Amino acid sequence: MDFSLSTEQREIRELALKFARNEMTPHSQEFDEKGIFPTDIFKKAWELGLINTCIPAEYGGAGFSSLDSVIIGESLAYGCMGMNTSFMANDLALLPIVIGGSDEQKKKFLTPFTEEFRIASFCLTEPGNGSDAGGIKTTIKDGGDHWIVNGEKMWITNAGHANLFVVYGTIDPALKHKGISAVVVDPKTAGIELGKKEDKMGHRSSDTRGVRFNNVKVPKENMLGKPGDGWAIAMSTLDHSRPLVASSALGGAQRALDLSIQYSKERVQFGVPISKHQAVQFMIAEMGMKIEASRLLVHKAAWMCDQGLKNTEIASYAKAFASDSCMQITTDAVQIYGGYGYSKEYPVEKLMRDAKLIQIYEGTSQIQRLVMARELLK
Amino acid sequence: MNIFVCVKQVPDTETKITPTSDGSFIETASIKWIMNPYDEYAVEQALLIKTANPAANVTVVRVGSVKDTEALRTAMAMGADDASLVEATDNLDSYSIAKALKGAIEKTGKTPDMILAGKQAIDDDCLQVPQILAQMFNLPSVSVIVGFEMNGNTVKVKREVEGGALEVYELSTPVVLACNKGLNTPRYASLPGIMKAKKKPLAQHSLADVGVSDADRRVKYSGFKLPPEKPAGKKFDATDAAKQKEVVSQVVGLLRTEAKVI
Ligand SMILES: Cc1cc2nc3c(=O)[nH]c(=O)nc-3n(C[C@H](O)[C@H](O)[C@H](O)COP(=O)(O)OP(=O)(O)OC[C@H]3O[C@@H](n4cnc5c(N)ncnc54)[C@H](O)[C@@H]3O)c2cc1C
Ligand SMILES: Cc1cc2nc3c(=O)[nH]c(=O)nc-3n(C[C@H](O)[C@H](O)[C@H](O)COP(=O)(O)OP(=O)(O)OC[C@H]3O[C@@H](n4cnc5c(N)ncnc54)[C@H](O)[C@@H]3O)c2cc1C
Repeated sequence: MDFSLSTEQREIRELALKFARNEMTPHSQEFDEKGIFPTDIFKKAWELGLINTCIPAEYGGAGFSSLDSVIIGESLAYGCMGMNTSFMANDLALLPIVIGGSDEQKKKFLTPFTEEFRIASFCLTEPGNGSDAGGIKTTIKDGGDHWIVNGEKMWITNAGHANLFVVYGTIDPALKHKGISAVVVDPKTAGIELGKKEDKMGHRSSDTRGVRFNNVKVPKENMLGKPGDGWAIAMSTLDHSRPLVASSALGGAQRALDLSIQYSKERVQFGVPISKHQAVQFMIAEMGMKIEASRLLVHKAAWMCDQGLKNTEIASYAKAFASDSCMQITTDAVQIYGGYGYSKEYPVEKLMRDAKLIQIYEGTSQIQRLVMARELLK
Repeated sequence: MNIFVCVKQVPDTETKITPTSDGSFIETASIKWIMNPYDEYAVEQALLIKTANPAANVTVVRVGSVKDTEALRTAMAMGADDASLVEATDNLDSYSIAKALKGAIEKTGKTPDMILAGKQAIDDDCLQVPQILAQMFNLPSVSVIVGFEMNGNTVKVKREVEGGALEVYELSTPVVLACNKGLNTPRYASLPGIMKAKKKPLAQHSLADVGVSDADRRVKYSGFKLPPEKPAGKKFDATDAAKQKEVVSQVVGLLRTEAKVI
């Protein structure tokens, strides 16, 4: 057993952290407050090769392993969890193509993302179906020489800026999971209507919207796999994407710990830095312990992907544990900052708001536990 | 064109420095090393010259301990072509370092057209290696440069002097230049750059290989100590109008006798 990162992985982490500290953190508060989409930062990160880490080398990507991508994900989230949501959404949208696409589809849809800066959205959730994704109502009907998509999506990250959508729908709701199918859609196609930008609690620099599809024509060759393959593609995507989403919780938690250590050594109460009070020390100890455990889970879940091992159970452990821990850790960071932690002048209240979302998207913490129990009891 | 860039590896600015028990140096075991920030401007300038002259070769040279070659790898990931490392302890003096750099440059067999360095290293702040190196090579040298233009063999540089004024120099290559903040914006090493850097050549030499011995040492460090902690500031209460005169003369007195600033 070897827990050490390779020299290359350490260099990748240094680069991503340097980028996060210099380019993301200085803008994170303002972009959050004003809801500014980080186009320039996103593009700069793309130029450095930090975006679309899932694209294989044969289609122009860097050929990163899953472990590499969670190392990058953690580092970028350290800079700003909100901006990182936009960055990560590209991978969430491209993964179904990596997993379920034909060679031709990969060349057509993935390679352009390596040649120029492009943004993608993953369109699964609907107003009436979030956790119960198998019950989605958007339809994909055969229109002869094309597919016709009808329905409404909700909470779609990057929707207002995307150059590509991956849309999940059903060829027949009666078929339940077996009817679910995925198509690649050009967001400029006639019949697509974007909703207003959601006014969110956190991750306010990322763009989240509803998307309505009214008789949207999609070329036949844009379906990933066969009709009905969508569910299997989505499940396999989750095994890859959950470690990545978990890594973002890890980055946010690490930032909360670093800030807490720094502040607690500076803030004096009762004649000593508050880091000398055992009650504060215990909060910091708890943070360190949970971060280390989260990181081991995240790295293991990613490593299993790289080894071709089925990681469904471990990926759910990683996603739930890292995001629940991040929520606790960022809440305690606000506690350690006292009244100042509650103010927008200090960075920790934003971390606490941002942490909440990671317990919700990509399968809520409850849904992760359903998955774990199902795996454990089967 | 052969461009050499001298880079030093220094402790990360956030490192907590602890002197060794015998005071001869600092504890290095747990230090996170980074490329000296001023050297980043030198690397960037070399790469900008290379962009304008694609045939140029950029070699980065470092003298220091081998355990971590972060600075050289970063420079190659940014785009330098190859690297040379002279293995040595991290507490050499400026003269030995300059002599070792000269030896490493000569070992490449290439005649330098330009040698770039940072204006100072942020660890020992000696500000003299580039000048000593220029003297050893018998080359013209300008330090603290914030502007650079090149036209054939002519190099025009701007140098910052006290009070924010600029001096402008025109030199012919080969030259030694020591770079300051403001000269350019150093690029990040890209991820493809990191992958490519793995395959770039890194030559390693001992101090003896490059002709440096203990006899070259001009300065020996004997007493590394942390600076004394600043005593807490003094507070004077002047809210009572009747006492203000007295407080003011007390402050003036202390500024004279204790702080000795007036
Ligand atoms: C900012 C943001 C960005 C998002 N980005 C995207 C995106 O890019 N693409 C996309 O497709 N989706 C996206 N989502 C949607 C996200 O994945 C869903 O919000 C999430 O899956 C939860 O679905 P829901 O909101 O409908 O909640 P619901 O499913 O209604 O859940 C409500 C509550 O009930 C609980 N619950 C539900 N079912 C069960 C059960 N069986 N057992 C126990 N508890 C249960 C849940 O855990 C939760 O606590 C995003 C959401 C947000 C907020
Ligand atoms: C929105 C808001 C409204 C407020 N309104 C008022 C008001 O109307 N009037 C007013 O007077 N004040 C008000 N306050 C101030 C509030 O009461 C203080 O913020 C609170 O008492 C904490 O003090 P502090 O912020 O200085 O944190 P600190 O005292 O610096 O505490 C920082 C952290 O250290 C911990 N800590 C400190 N000492 C110890 C110890 N000995 N052992 C263990 N842990 C310790 C704390 O529990 C906390 O986690 C308000 C604050 C806010 C944020």
